[in-house]
Amino acid sequence: MSPSSPETMRRLTYRDAVREALAEAMRKDERVFLMGEDVGRYGGCFAASKRLLEEFGPERIRDTPLSESGFVGAGIGAALGGMRPIVEIMTVNFSLLAADQIMNTAATYLHMSGGQFNVPLVIRMATGGGRQLAAQHSHCLDGWYAHIPGIRVVSPATHEDARGMLWTALQDPDPVLIFEHSGLYNLEGELAADAGPVDIDRAKLCRPGRDISIISYSASLIKALEAAEILSAEGIEAEVIDLRSLRPLDEATFLSSVSRTHRALIVDEGWRSGSISAEISARIMEGVFFDLDAPVERLCSAEVPMPYAKHMEAAALPQVDNIVELIRIMVKTHG
Amino acid sequence: MGEFRMPSLGADMESGTLLEWRVKPGDRVKRRDIIAVVDTDKAAIEVEVYEDGVVEELLVKPGEKVPVGTVMAIIRSDADQPREAETKAVGAEQATTEAAPPRAQKKEPPAPPPESPAERVKASPYARRLAAEHGIDLKTLVPSGPHESICAADVKQAVEAAKAAGPEEPPPVAAPPRAEEAPAAAAPAPEEVSGWKDPEAMRRAIAKAMARSKREIPHYYLQTRVDMRRTLGWLESENRRRSIKDRLLPVVPLLKAVAMSLQEVPELNGYWIDDRHQPQEAINIGIAISLRQGGLIAPAILDADLLGVDELMAALRDLITRTRDGRLKSAEMTAATITVTNLGDLGVESVFGVIYPPQVALVGIGKTMEQPWAENGLLGVRPVMTASLSGDHRATDGLQGARFLDTLNRRLQEPSKL
Repeated sequence: MSPSSPETMRRLTYRDAVREALAEAMRKDERVFLMGEDVGRYGGCFAASKRLLEEFGPERIRDTPLSESGFVGAGIGAALGGMRPIVEIMTVNFSLLAADQIMNTAATYLHMSGGQFNVPLVIRMATGGGRQLAAQHSHCLDGWYAHIPGIRVVSPATHEDARGMLWTALQDPDPVLIFEHSGLYNLEGELAADAGPVDIDRAKLCRPGRDISIISYSASLIKALEAAEILSAEGIEAEVIDLRSLRPLDEATFLSSVSRTHRALIVDEGWRSGSISAEISARIMEGVFFDLDAPVERLCSAEVPMPYAKHMEAAALPQVDNIVELIRIMVKTHG
Repeated sequence: MGEFRMPSLGADMESGTLLEWRVKPGDRVKRRDIIAVVDTDKAAIEVEVYEDGVVEELLVKPGEKVPVGTVMAIIRSDADQPREAETKAVGAEQATTEAAPPRAQKKEPPAPPPESPAERVKASPYARRLAAEHGIDLKTLVPSGPHESICAADVKQAVEAAKAAGPEEPPPVAAPPRAEEAPAAAAPAPEEVSGWKDPEAMRRAIAKAMARSKREIPHYYLQTRVDMRRTLGWLESENRRRSIKDRLLPVVPLLKAVAMSLQEVPELNGYWIDDRHQPQEAINIGIAISLRQGGLIAPAILDADLLGVDELMAALRDLITRTRDGRLKSAEMTAATITVTNLGDLGVESVFGVIYPPQVALVGIGKTMEQPWAENGLLGVRPVMTASLSGDHRATDGLQGARFLDTLNRRLQEPSKL
């Protein structure tokens, strides 16, 4: 990463960063094409592919019918045929219609063909709640996919990652799922003018601290950073870790953090039971039990279908205040 | 009332097996008496007691393996009142059995009372570990952590308080090595405590310590070539006037020079614990000793800087003998503040060693061999030894490391002052 000075930084939205990544990939490699529902003429349901049709034409920016199983399958076929398809699924909820293609075909093909066929497919999808889209468009199922061997699952929370993960994912010979949180698209942030590809293996320490490790990803990371800022004013220094990749999990990074801070809070927008947060908690127990000075805690979404009503939806999601309050209890110091 | 606990005899020790008791209930013990032999992954180690008193109960049987920090025996210290007050509180029936003076109840040590949920101390794993390391009794602490638990901060506070209260501290760092440590009690040695554990367990213990070192310690390495002509000349003349059995080995002036150099560069002598550099006053030099059956161990010559060369030679000979027999004292196993590894005897020119955590430095000694040596514009042949230093960059910088090697070199050019 180049050092950031004001002249080399620019402001843009997360959506712009995604769009730049798409355009760059299309320009750099003619085998790359984008397909999905409304990605062409409409410019993408979240406007991530706006105006790409003009530049790249209908051969490479392909609108598909409302048939997730069909077009994800077509993407797998294209990948096997030597292309580098990027398939966009409107939300993770709809990806379940293509779950068979993802899990039974994309993830297993290399194995089932005795190592003959890789599937260099990238699937992007929107995930997460907070925008009053109710129980069929708002869930955060990233952790479900992280259960499946044979695919990578990455979760860009920052502009840098939204800009840089796609190209690296396209270079991977095997399927990569990129989860873009729908609540992040409008978020403005700074990005280096020459921002480019980033790794997709490693968690990142976003903020150092001595008192507790907050382990998070995606939109929850932004909340964790906000909470850390508030706590810092009270003298509690929280270390914040962005997992970035849910599969594989870079446990070395979060274990080393917890062994230093002796406390861990996992903030995960997924449901609690059987979740990626449970997995992380288990790995902390396995890896650094004797360094723990407090039970590992988790903040997850309430185990209900996502409510539509604004106040109820807010109550169902982990919020900055919840993080701050819980950490105050966990890091209770001598008064 | 004192509790004698399974000690931590190394940074990576988690549990130990009691091999034998050297005392029985009713015996009077003095601070620093060896009262038990404990088997770790590495060795059978004689363990000292830290208070004067009378052994009241032995709670662990030989052969039992227990975690570090487990109470193994109750020692009634001389300062304690007879237990009346306490026994009354326990209840009438028990009081009748327990009112008898401890010497009378020599049938067999009573089984440890089952732990009731109410008695169990709620403490975090990290707090327990710290408490075990510092010999703090968790029951004496007031919980301030989440869920009314004892957390690390409570233990640290107690450690600070104990430090402030006085020097009556568990770490046996300052213990001078006793000349001969013949087993005092005539207890029969179970399974002939001939020492080291099976090579695999030792290998695992080494693996753990070394992996931890390379994982946690950012090493830096320095080396310098030392002209050994003066030191060897001095050694030769010294040995000429000694009987064969009193002769000094070449490593002795090296160790002495290391100890003296550490006095000048004390930063390299100590530990990195709890994210903090903790230089130590006592200079206890760990000597890497390889074992015939494989593996190695680095017991310490305690207070090496205070020993003359002859005492140092004696201490080294004693240490090597007892190490190979598997008979070391706990302080020797845990108190090293720096390690010296000498691979010169094996023909190695220089060695860049792996620091033994939590120490912050390791000195490597290579083979002394004749080499061309340019000095004052002239070329000659000198016995040359390569000394190296592996330093923990968290604790010190190249500056201290360089000063140390320079001082060492200087010391070895003035052997008469060793």
